Amino acid sequence: MDRNLAHRNRRRALKVAHFLTLFVVMSIICIPGLWIVLNSFRPTVEIMAKPPVWTPSFTLEHYRAMFGGAGEGGVPVFSYFRNSLIVSVVSTAIAILIGMSGGYAFARYRFRGKAGWFVGLMLFRAVPGVALSLPLFIVFARLGIIDTHFGLILAYVAMNVPFTIWLTDGFFRQIPKELHEAAEIDGCTRWQAFWKVEFPVARSGIASAAIFAFLTSWNEFALASQLTRSVGSKTMPVGLLDFTAEFTINWGGMCALAVLMIVPALILTFIVQKHLIAGLTFGGVKG
Amino acid sequence: MTEVTLSNVVKKYGRHQAVHGIDLAIADGEFVVLVGPSGCGKSTTLRMIAGLEAITGGEVSIGGRVVNDLPPRERNISMVFQNYALYPHMTVAENLGFSLKIAKRPEAEIERSVAEAAAILGLDELMERKPAELSGGQRQRVAMGRAIVRQPDVFLFDEPLSNLDAKLRTQMRVEIKKLHQKVGNTIIYVTHDQVEAMTLADRIVLMRDGYIVQVGTPLDLFNQPVDTFVATFIGSPPMNLLAGEVSAPDRITLGEGLAVPVPASARGGLRVGQKVQFGFRADNLMPVGHAVEEAGQKAQLRLTVTLTEPLGTETLLFTEIAGTEVQAKMLNPRPVTPGETFDFELMLDKCHIFDAASGNAIRS
Ligand SMILES: Nc1ncnc2c1ncn2[C@@H]1O[C@H](COP(=O)(O)OP(=O)(O)O)[C@@H](O)[C@H]1O
Ligand SMILES: [Mg+2]
Repeated sequence: MDRNLAHRNRRRALKVAHFLTLFVVMSIICIPGLWIVLNSFRPTVEIMAKPPVWTPSFTLEHYRAMFGGAGEGGVPVFSYFRNSLIVSVVSTAIAILIGMSGGYAFARYRFRGKAGWFVGLMLFRAVPGVALSLPLFIVFARLGIIDTHFGLILAYVAMNVPFTIWLTDGFFRQIPKELHEAAEIDGCTRWQAFWKVEFPVARSGIASAAIFAFLTSWNEFALASQLTRSVGSKTMPVGLLDFTAEFTINWGGMCALAVLMIVPALILTFIVQKHLIAGLTFGGVKG
Repeated sequence: MTEVTLSNVVKKYGRHQAVHGIDLAIADGEFVVLVGPSGCGKSTTLRMIAGLEAITGGEVSIGGRVVNDLPPRERNISMVFQNYALYPHMTVAENLGFSLKIAKRPEAEIERSVAEAAAILGLDELMERKPAELSGGQRQRVAMGRAIVRQPDVFLFDEPLSNLDAKLRTQMRVEIKKLHQKVGNTIIYVTHDQVEAMTLADRIVLMRDGYIVQVGTPLDLFNQPVDTFVATFIGSPPMNLLAGEVSAPDRITLGEGLAVPVPASARGGLRVGQKVQFGFRADNLMPVGHAVEEAGQKAQLRLTVTLTEPLGTETLLFTEIAGTEVQAKMLNPRPVTPGETFDFELMLDKCHIFDAASGNAIRS
């Protein structure tokens, strides 16, 4: 009896400790985000106030100003959003297509120098993007693709492909080769076997690779700030800089734009996440 | 008609040669089992017939048509894999109907064929489930159902039962045999289990290291093994082998003072002084009074039992002849204690003589 009780108490204590740890960790991760959201709804005086104001007031002033005319602190939000969307979606789509083909090739075929290629791709990931910004800038300038969607998409595709190859290779490797063989015996061509069997089975993995690629492009700042300069191609992270003037920073406006940046990413992640979990239950192939 | 013919079929993986030019003719409707120890090239051979593995040399033809360069989908075959390879994202019904859907058959026909196959294999209850929600035995059935639905010319099985537990395996073995009797298609079946081979096959193809060692009916291989490998691979327990020497044209000495007459079947092929392996099955060494009465030449041996394995209708007796452990059999068993001595009868007419150096059977 006693032993049971002690055991139960210990289990309960462990559970509480578990919960607290999670809470602290999640706080550290979430509070900056929360701070941004809150600040976007507070008047500038309150944001800057010392000592801090603990009972916040609510205002939509920053949003109104942001969407307003250039004179009163407005920025071309719609253009930035559109640029971000075009660049991220297109670069993700291309990176996934290339990554999927590459990952499949690495998982299924033998060819000369396979290991070398793979390591090479991973090494490419090890180079920080910023280090490439100057050479990229020069090359792009010569080619005349500075300040275009195309240029940025090209850079992001290059950045994302090694990663998507690596991820999809892992997912395809988990699928036994007998699946496509069975499909081929059942009357499929190699191409059909891939699209009707292997692709649907790996779909959740490919979706997660796509999320990563999308978020990387959506949030990227270092390269974008070098390779874009006009309203026609600046993405949202670069747009944030519009709120900095020589001597002042418009924190409220910056936060408001940041919220507009976070929301679509959050929504997308939620949608795909449901998909991910559904995909993960496909179960074993073996007996 | 769908006979399958392999002529001088070779498979090389880089420098490693997995299959060394096999010849095999399989008749229409025949149930052929490829059997042999792991790594002997059974799967490779089967996969070349299926078109999943390129053929390095030689020719494979199905139904009189050379298929070397045809993709699997054009060979009109079905295959059941060891891991079943069910499509995990489809229900059982979709798995069964997949090949017909690919072939763009009308919806009604697909439904009818799927229902038929499901009825044959007792899958009706499971049609809406995904493979992940099935037990091993059920998955195996679905895999077989998927193979049936296509109505192929040839069924290929690659160790389809080795992931099942012993009881289910015996049960499915019977079902596969019944299936063959019902549909009558040509079946090529790969296994490493000689019991499966014996029980299923019309003809067994016994392979070793990429070569075919012997082809024949189960009883051919059991009664006339061409060498010691076949003799010890087929049959349970494996054939007893004793080292011996031909001491006279009609005598073989097995050890200190123990000599047996040469069985009539081998008399012509021996020369005096030849080293041989003397082989006999447990069924042919029985205690007097516990054997089936059979006419023929017999040798009497007095031997001490060291260990017993009661199996119910019979008991295996372990004993020693000339320092080599051998197994004998006792019909109408009674309890035996180790150390007990019996007079054994060895049926000489059923014994086999193999050349010690080559392992080949000697028959005249
Ligand atoms: N893809 C492959 N690459 C290289 N060697 C292989 C390959 N597949 C099989 N082998 C070799 O070929 C031989 C026969 O293999 P397999 O046909 O699978 O044997 P089993 O009789 O057990 O089915 C083995 O020695 C195996 O190592
Ligand atoms: Mg095998």
